[in-house]
Amino acid sequence: MAEDYEPRIVAFLCKWCSSAGSDLAGVSRMEYPPNVVPIQVMCSGSVSPLYVFSAFNKGADGVLVSGCHPGDCHYIKGNYYARRRLNLVKKLLEYVGLEPQRFRMSWVSAAEGTKYTQVIKDFVKDLKPLGPQTKLRRNP
Amino acid sequence: MKRTGVFICHCGINIAGTVDVKKVAEELAKHPGVVHSEDYVYMCSDPGQNLIEQAIKEKKLDGVVVACCSPNLHETTFRNASKRAGLNSFRCEIANIREQCSWVHKDKLKATQKATKIARSIVEKVRQNDSLDALSVPVTRRALVVGGGIAGIQASLDLANSGFEVILVEKNPSIGGHMIQLSETFPTLDCSQCILTPKMVEVSKHPMIKLMTYSEVQDVSGYVGNFKVKILKKPTYVDPAKCTLCDECTKVCPIVVPNEFDLGLTGRRAIYIPSPQAIPASYTLDDKNCPDPFTTIACGKCADVCKPKAIDYDQKPQIIEEEVGAIIVATGFDLYDKEHMAEYGLGKYADVLDGLQFERLCSASGPTNGQILRPSDHKEPKEVVFIQCSGSRDPENHCAYCSKICCMYTAKHAMLYKHHVHDGQAYIFYIDIRSGGKGYEEFVQRAVEEDGVVYLRGKVSKVFEDKGKIIVWGVDTLTGKSIEIAADMVVLAQAMRPSVGAQELAKKLKLALDKDGFLAEAHPKLRPVESVTSGMFLAGAAQAPKDIPEAVAQASGAAAKAITILSQERLFHSPTVAKVFNNLCTGCGMCVAVCPYDALTLKDGKVEVNEVLCEGCGTCTATCLRSAIQVKNITQQQVAEMINACLGG
Repeated sequence: MAEDYEPRIVAFLCKWCSSAGSDLAGVSRMEYPPNVVPIQVMCSGSVSPLYVFSAFNKGADGVLVSGCHPGDCHYIKGNYYARRRLNLVKKLLEYVGLEPQRFRMSWVSAAEGTKYTQVIKDFVKDLKPLGPQTKLRRNP
Repeated sequence: MKRTGVFICHCGINIAGTVDVKKVAEELAKHPGVVHSEDYVYMCSDPGQNLIEQAIKEKKLDGVVVACCSPNLHETTFRNASKRAGLNSFRCEIANIREQCSWVHKDKLKATQKATKIARSIVEKVRQNDSLDALSVPVTRRALVVGGGIAGIQASLDLANSGFEVILVEKNPSIGGHMIQLSETFPTLDCSQCILTPKMVEVSKHPMIKLMTYSEVQDVSGYVGNFKVKILKKPTYVDPAKCTLCDECTKVCPIVVPNEFDLGLTGRRAIYIPSPQAIPASYTLDDKNCPDPFTTIACGKCADVCKPKAIDYDQKPQIIEEEVGAIIVATGFDLYDKEHMAEYGLGKYADVLDGLQFERLCSASGPTNGQILRPSDHKEPKEVVFIQCSGSRDPENHCAYCSKICCMYTAKHAMLYKHHVHDGQAYIFYIDIRSGGKGYEEFVQRAVEEDGVVYLRGKVSKVFEDKGKIIVWGVDTLTGKSIEIAADMVVLAQAMRPSVGAQELAKKLKLALDKDGFLAEAHPKLRPVESVTSGMFLAGAAQAPKDIPEAVAQASGAAAKAITILSQERLFHSPTVAKVFNNLCTGCGMCVAVCPYDALTLKDGKVEVNEVLCEGCGTCTATCLRSAIQVKNITQQQVAEMINACLGG
């Protein structure tokens, strides 16, 4: 694998916890790899499996969904729905032959800038050995 | 054809230092539908905002993207600027290229590429944004205050005196909180009861305050401006209207239990009045202890002697429903549990007391009528050791935080002790003396200079009983010597903890807690009295350890914040709510089942959205198999285009 391969990641961050946690990482001037492009959604519960597949379709090497900690959802219970639904997505990805490590969920609160930084660092590190994702990628 | 304008902010060098803003502006100018793209050093400044307004007018923009700091900071600024130029404010969106890009990366090329992608994705979003108008709902112009300590009392009075109806809920039989238990208050040595009871009386007589003691909040639903609250009113089995306070009932009651008001230093009967100044002035028959849990016999003696027939054994718990527009939570504190302080003998030796017990000993209304006597043998203690930071500032074993008030009240305790026992000696073990506050440092100096209090800088290693004395082993770190004091009494400045039950209440109110279990404020600096839930405010020690003046100030602040809601006829609600496409909806009801706000209902085989209840979380959209329900301005179509933009180039 080329040393300079940089995985492309789309991150769906809930507005109230994970996007705020990511903001805190910035305010605290932490540093993490620039491989992730964030998309702010209202709640992790609004992340449809379609978003995940669509991202892989368009050539994402990894997809991250991050929400409030279980029990702390701004919308009471959206993250519980996300957890159940996206676990199925993970299984489905595995079933169709995509490495399940390419899809990740995390719980990052608004106070956890450090954790967000770590989640991104780990994800990038774990994606590198897998190389580019071609299985679900639609040819341009 | 859409006409989007893109404005890239340098934020001085905060963004421009890492992101090539000119390059981003150039790239975005090439993006389909973008008819205007420029960069400027500070977009949020007046000239910056003018640039946006001018471009909207001149280029007839129908969408605006400002690539700058987090939307939490300047979304409102730029939406207002758009509105001034005649563009619907919901057609302006923020691309966060500072917190989520320039501040977290060093590689300028990569950061520039990422910023470009972020900005493009927001351009794609804005392209499909609709013009929306904020929804407006009427406001229920009354407030709920939870907790009847000094903070809750102050907040209630401020609200009521501003002309708003208040429901004050207190879990105990009387209001007054911990302040009514105190003897004197620092730094003026005012008698605590003398300054608090007038406020308690004012609460009970105020026509705008509905006082509900011995009551607990059970459930809260609704939203800012329109909360529905269920309150459980526990039975006191005594009708306050008939009770004449003759005290005959306590004389005949055979059940004796520790008196909470005196922190177990005295006993009380199962039927009791917490203190002579209790508000409401009435007795309570405590049904945890009557009928006697062991014999299960209700003797009926109190009812027999009650001449006005105020006792009614048939009273039942009641659930009372109230509607309010704002909620202030002032649930206060409790002292760190004595079980955790076994190392200092608290709960083990009768003459080791906590700070509140010592307050009761000093209090004229206390168990000894204000004489300081040892609980074990009722003798006057001649040497008393006070230990500060008992459970505070000890991250390994106890609480990591400073409880803030202990330095001051310990100085006060030592002073009060000397005023009662002139030939006594007070010692204080301390880590640091934190006496920031008006007149506080002078107060501590007075304790040392006028009352000869000996301050020993160091921690106590062991406390044990020997021949009627309490032996305290400690160290004075200033002289490096180990110290042994054979004391007659030891008083521990126990850490302040959130009050018992506060955590459970926070769950019901959907309030966040900080790592220590105190209620979390919305912003530690700029929104210190607001909770994370809109329409709910915090006051007093429920939010963090604080002294009386701070609790009072915060309570007045919380009341003022609540008034900003209650003083309005109508409140505005975000219009980014769910919308149903009837041609696609099959009426399966899956979205109805997942909605956390009960905002969706099935009607004639289609789903209907109650826009006021809907918070726009979008859980319904991810559930619908036919994409028949979408959240306005963040539809699945929009997210699909955003994904595209993130991965392009």
